[in-house]
Amino acid sequence: MKSVVAFVSGLLFALGLGIGGMTKPEKVVAFLDVAGDWDPSLAFVMGGALLVYFVVQRVALARPQPLFDRTFHVPNRRDIDARLVVGSLLFGAGWGLGGYCPGPALVSLASGRASVGVFVAAMLAGMWIFQHWNARRVSGRSVMTRRGRRGACAPCVGVFLVLTSKRRRPVGAHAAQRGS
Amino acid sequence: MSNFTPLSSFAGGTLIGVAAALLLVGNGRIAGVSGIVAGLLRRPVGDTTWRALFVAGLLAGGLVLQLTRPSAIGPSVVGFPLLVVAGLLVGFGTQLGSGCTSGHGVCGIGRLSPRSMVATATFMLAGAATTYVLRHLLGGGS
Repeated sequence: MKSVVAFVSGLLFALGLGIGGMTKPEKVVAFLDVAGDWDPSLAFVMGGALLVYFVVQRVALARPQPLFDRTFHVPNRRDIDARLVVGSLLFGAGWGLGGYCPGPALVSLASGRASVGVFVAAMLAGMWIFQHWNARRVSGRSVMTRRGRRGACAPCVGVFLVLTSKRRRPVGAHAAQRGS
Repeated sequence: MSNFTPLSSFAGGTLIGVAAALLLVGNGRIAGVSGIVAGLLRRPVGDTTWRALFVAGLLAGGLVLQLTRPSAIGPSVVGFPLLVVAGLLVGFGTQLGSGCTSGHGVCGIGRLSPRSMVATATFMLAGAATTYVLRHLLGGGS
């Protein structure tokens, strides 16, 4: 039954993303482009999702256990550490750059476009790189403290700075580069 | 404010909320896509069945969209080199920051988690800043 729930949840999640407009990178970028022709639609996606989830999670977590498992697997950390902030900065930069966050990217694979395949492959590589980097840190330096060492992410920030020096180009645009 | 779609976006959002609620009520799990996917890459393996099936559901949902309303899945807005950089940043960043739009933005904020509120504000600001730099300072895109 857990399997059925997981599959149906993923299926509904994908349909929600598609209907909501999250699987259109152009719309995502228009949502983030507050200084331009701003399209606030995607705030409504989040609002709708939060409305439902907020109510249901209150009822659900008041129960001793979920329907098909013995315990809830819900994070309970409350500390704000450097990893949380730096990680979110990097993720946000990548989101703004490509217009894809993980869910919509996976859903968009069904379009068969090579571009989203490239993004997903790079995303999986990024996760894999993190896991190796993190494992090395844990095994290499006694027991890791909760607060990540400052500057540990310098390479990523470097990558970010380099990429922001490039410019956004529509896929398939063969026109000569315009001067900025 | 062209292409403003509050109704369909709200409808899609409620569906996402229902999907995430289902996973919590049924399996006691957080519907955080980046975390679910990353759990499949982790070694030693374990706990993979429900993760794989959730991802299979996402892919199946994508197929349903592609067959019923193909316009729902839009084309990429940047070329391959930038998509590679974007993908690496999203993959690494979501792991370092313990979540993405779904895990922090919906499930975390839905539980009023302070970590998720900080994370969501941070990645939204970073996304807006990146878009500003690309679109308005460097002159690419619109």
